[in-house]
Amino acid sequence: MNSTDTLWVIVSAALVLFMTPGLALFYGGMVRSKNVLAIMMNSLAAMAIVTVLWTLVAGSWAFGSDLGGGLLGNFSLVGLAHIPSNLAGMVGVHASPLALLLYQMMFAIITAALISGGTADRIKFTSFVVLISVWTLLVYAPLAHWVFSPTGWLAHRGVLDFAGGTVVEINSGFSTLAVVLVLGARRGWPRESMMPHSVPLSLLGLGILWFGWLGFNGGSAMSVNNVAVSAVFNTQLAAAAGLIGWLLYERVTEHFATTLGAASGAVAGMVAITPCAGYVPPYAALIIGLIAGLACAKAVRLKFKFGIDDSLDVLGVHGVGGVVGMILLGFFATKQINHGGANGLFSGGGLHLELNQLLAVVVSASFAFGATWVIAQVIDRTMGLRVSDEDEMRGLDLSQHAESAYSAGNTGRFSS
Amino acid sequence: MELKLITAIIKPFKIGDVKAGLKDLGLDGLTVTEVHGFGRQRGHTEVYRGAEYEMDFVPKLKLEIVVDGARVDEVLDNIVTNASTGSIGDGKVWVSPIDTIVRVRTNERGADAI
Repeated sequence: MNSTDTLWVIVSAALVLFMTPGLALFYGGMVRSKNVLAIMMNSLAAMAIVTVLWTLVAGSWAFGSDLGGGLLGNFSLVGLAHIPSNLAGMVGVHASPLALLLYQMMFAIITAALISGGTADRIKFTSFVVLISVWTLLVYAPLAHWVFSPTGWLAHRGVLDFAGGTVVEINSGFSTLAVVLVLGARRGWPRESMMPHSVPLSLLGLGILWFGWLGFNGGSAMSVNNVAVSAVFNTQLAAAAGLIGWLLYERVTEHFATTLGAASGAVAGMVAITPCAGYVPPYAALIIGLIAGLACAKAVRLKFKFGIDDSLDVLGVHGVGGVVGMILLGFFATKQINHGGANGLFSGGGLHLELNQLLAVVVSASFAFGATWVIAQVIDRTMGLRVSDEDEMRGLDLSQHAESAYSAGNTGRFSS
Repeated sequence: MELKLITAIIKPFKIGDVKAGLKDLGLDGLTVTEVHGFGRQRGHTEVYRGAEYEMDFVPKLKLEIVVDGARVDEVLDNIVTNASTGSIGDGKVWVSPIDTIVRVRTNERGADAI
């Protein structure tokens, strides 16, 4: 075990953990004030529930020794009763396996929390808890095994995904689409205005996400080396380029560059660079970020055409951004940045990598969508996914949590 | 003596001009409320993050002033002059009779309480 590498992974785990309360703020600002606590509670719930499930079972299914065919890990890490000396197939990785499992736990947490962006303002709290619990075991863990474990079938084929373009981004985007289709649109959408109640809250959340993302991508090098530096640097570049791309789109098509658009653009850029971060040169990060900013800005506007109330644009930003990143990686990847990676089309590698990337996109999007759709249907037909009309109108803060964000019961305004 | 309540709905950004005008007339009281509504102006369509929606209710300010009936025309003219921009959505002013008015501190009634 190498202590420096282990230290970097532990620090990165803390950075990634911090992203989830950041996401709570980012999402919290975007909903109406009657639903802000409820959506933040979804992120908090993910922090607790996924931590427990990951340690008990999901981590083992993702990173335990392969059960066969690269489809699922075994039960060797269940409950972490026995801590292994290294994780299956991780040759040349010298960070502590326990640190790596902690780090990967944080990925599982934020991916589950991301789903709440689509289900905002109308999902029952208990149903959300059941949804992300089942989903972490049956959707996240297998997909993480396929891509993140070197023994997984997609990783084994040569698919490149540095920090979760498929496992985190495409997965959250298409899983959210499935839940939203079962759940239906918010009452009054899209006729009524559902403006964000506090963009400053969202901007604070974006700041935390941006900060944490440096560890999200940088830590995925699992070592303190040039790949880690490239990953951190590329993340910064793609965030900046994504922000610029989104604002260009808004300024040209709608005449206003919005602050929420700037925040969304930075996220879109970082989403797209996530699979690429430790495989591409800096100039490519700028191009990837810019394309993602433009593409995601367009994508979030298409939901109105399709009539799908993906309320805070999980599909439009994470799904689409993830696809953009995975596909562009097939062009820009170069062994000059990471000799453990591959050469893409622009580095003389031909289309071999690109075909693998396309396969990973199709597989992860269809698996996430299909499996999550079934889970959502079962929950909807048993306990029900959605709150009553009356509870939705009162707001989820009061109806689900008996609280109100900006006036806890008595406001004090009409009393001495 | 006759007492009148003047109620005015105006564009929010005109409040400074209207207040200054009323002060010039020597009026001593004014109550302002933030309100939303529509008149012949109706609402309008706005686009945010690709979402098109009708702004059915436009933000306005509602002013309430109790005056001596003899001063109604003078006050009305003053408000209309200062609240007007000449464009659609400038608002309305109306006058209604009131029975009496009481100053809470002194229990004075009628015109003395204005």
